Amino acid sequence: MSLLFETTPDGAGRYFDWIIDGLAWTLCLALGAWAIALVVGTLVGVIRTLPGGILPRIGRVYVEVFRNIPLLVQMFFWYFVLPELLPARIGMAIKQMDPPWASFVPALICLGLFTAARIAEQVRAGLQALPRGQAQAANALGFDASAMYRLILLPQAFRIILPTLTNEIMTIFKNTSVALTIGLVELTATAREINENTFRTFEAFGVVTIIYLVIALIAWQVMHRIEQAARLPGAASGKA
Amino acid sequence: MIEIRNVSKFFGAFQVLKDCNASIARGEVVVICGPSGSGKSTFIKTVNGLETIDSGEIVVGNFRLAPGVTNLATLRRTVGMVFQNFELFPHLTVLSNVTIAQTKVLRRPKAEAEEKARALLARVGLSAHLSKHPAQLSGGQQQRVAIARALALDPDVMLFDEPTSALDPEMVNEVLDVMTSLAKQGMTMVCVTHEMGFARGVANRVFFMDGGEIVETADAATFFDDPKSERAKAFLAKILKH
Amino acid sequence: MRVDLAALVSAWPFLMKGLWFTLEITLVGVAGGVIFGSLLAVARLSQNRVLSGFATAYVNLMRSIPLILVIFWVFFLVPWAIGWLTNHGRPVAVGASLTIFTTFVLFEAAYYAEIVRAGFRSISPGQYSACEALGLSKFHAYIYILFPQAIRNVLPILLTQTIILFQDTSLVYVISATDLLGAATKIAQRDGRLVEMYLTVGVIYFVFCYAASQFVKQLQGRLSYGARP
Repeated sequence: MSLLFETTPDGAGRYFDWIIDGLAWTLCLALGAWAIALVVGTLVGVIRTLPGGILPRIGRVYVEVFRNIPLLVQMFFWYFVLPELLPARIGMAIKQMDPPWASFVPALICLGLFTAARIAEQVRAGLQALPRGQAQAANALGFDASAMYRLILLPQAFRIILPTLTNEIMTIFKNTSVALTIGLVELTATAREINENTFRTFEAFGVVTIIYLVIALIAWQVMHRIEQAARLPGAASGKA
Repeated sequence: MIEIRNVSKFFGAFQVLKDCNASIARGEVVVICGPSGSGKSTFIKTVNGLETIDSGEIVVGNFRLAPGVTNLATLRRTVGMVFQNFELFPHLTVLSNVTIAQTKVLRRPKAEAEEKARALLARVGLSAHLSKHPAQLSGGQQQRVAIARALALDPDVMLFDEPTSALDPEMVNEVLDVMTSLAKQGMTMVCVTHEMGFARGVANRVFFMDGGEIVETADAATFFDDPKSERAKAFLAKILKH
Repeated sequence: MRVDLAALVSAWPFLMKGLWFTLEITLVGVAGGVIFGSLLAVARLSQNRVLSGFATAYVNLMRSIPLILVIFWVFFLVPWAIGWLTNHGRPVAVGASLTIFTTFVLFEAAYYAEIVRAGFRSISPGQYSACEALGLSKFHAYIYILFPQAIRNVLPILLTQTIILFQDTSLVYVISATDLLGAATKIAQRDGRLVEMYLTVGVIYFVFCYAASQFVKQLQGRLSYGARP
């Protein structure tokens, strides 16, 4: 892996620095999108379980649209199409954003909303897995809807869906690579650039592959700890 | 027909079968009973090799089973087994369940296998259900199909591992009737069961197992009225209270 | 916002060519992926430590890295590998299609392997005993009894993964291949019709995937073995 410590063509540093930059973009995009996805996804998941009215339908449309279009197509929409569809002045303002941010912001919104749709379905499944009596008991005690979800239902639902959320956070790290198509120099893009500069394909892609494996391992460990910490005493575990 | 000599088995450090010895003649019907955890299920599964043994030997007909013997294909053709949970193949029809082992294991031609299957299914009273799937049958019907499936390979010995324990009470008799008629036709049978009526009326001998040992063997008729060992007495007292 | 329908109409045949390639990749990916994935799943269950270790490592590796990275790996390395294998000494040019098909089979197999493995775990352990007791060889037992049940139990998940595969094919954009999205991009760049092309492609993907996911929902309702009420 001596490659890492060689100087880059522009003399400004070593390839190692490129990798660090790429990794930084990957982490920022992943964690930022995860935050958006949790908030929006929980909201949409909750409204899909509401008894009636227009809100559940809006939730359904959201989920169906964001799940049935490939992530890459959605990225292109946010980056290429949206500025054209918005009123001219806003569109121009967006197009004039400086390069890293011009790619980062659309990627962040896109990945956040895309993942939110998947989390919404998981939250919905978790809420629907709870015994009906929970909501009834909460109502009987006088909780209003917001308090009921916040204090009674969601805490239980999240415990149920922690394993699928673990899967989801590992997926979001992988999905950050799609942002390279709209110019974000994240980790995979960095590997490609190093390869183009040095033609040491094996090392360039090898280092980045190992970094992704390490990220996956760390993410899995963190979620595993959270799962254990959140376990209720005496509750049946999934694997008897 | 079956000789069991000094058979022991360990699960890790725990000894589940302790130096078991038994001899079962051709045409005999033996019932094995005992408290749960006594090793009855493990014991019966050693006879057809589903469970390995760590020491001793088992001889079934001409086949010698000992630790390290691996080619069990011939053994499995001589010994048929019926499971507590029936274990029919859910994606196959009733008829296919009974023919598949005939065609794949015995290499019988399809027509011959089907003819035999129909005959056996008629014998257990299920001719009307040949093209149904197991999930469409009641538990008692499924178990009867399972018996037919095992009989289709023309075994010399039939093993029954708690065949009625998973059945609702009203279906127990239809299965016991099939087992009784099988016994009357001279099949060598070893049954792990709690059905004392069957044991008394149909079995020749009873083996009482407790803690991995065959504690007592006696004629079926006398065992229930006059058990010799203390443990057997305690066991019978518990179950006959109902 | 001006949407030019005439441009869309003239571009349609080219888009359909791209769609056809997308479907080809999907088909090869499913067929190859399910077969290879099933072999991996069986390998993981095997007693042979080397075999099960390799299969587990392969599945975990492929599931931890992005598909785009795998596409790059195969794209850059396959020419070298073939050159080395055939003693050329230099990389051998390989058609983009072959590279793409290989990538998707290798990648998706890891995901199908996990699904098939879950399928095997959903079978009651007694089924294995019943096969043994009847004397069925391992080969026969897997082919006729265990595998059909495993697949049937996880069919909806398998199909959902296939829908994901269909969406994943769009990533061949990174090597400038002409799938549906690639075709749309090429037209968009040539004619400047970004909005129409990308919106159209979005709609086409949506229609396919929505219809497919509704079908899977229907299937889930009908997959019991005709159990008694």
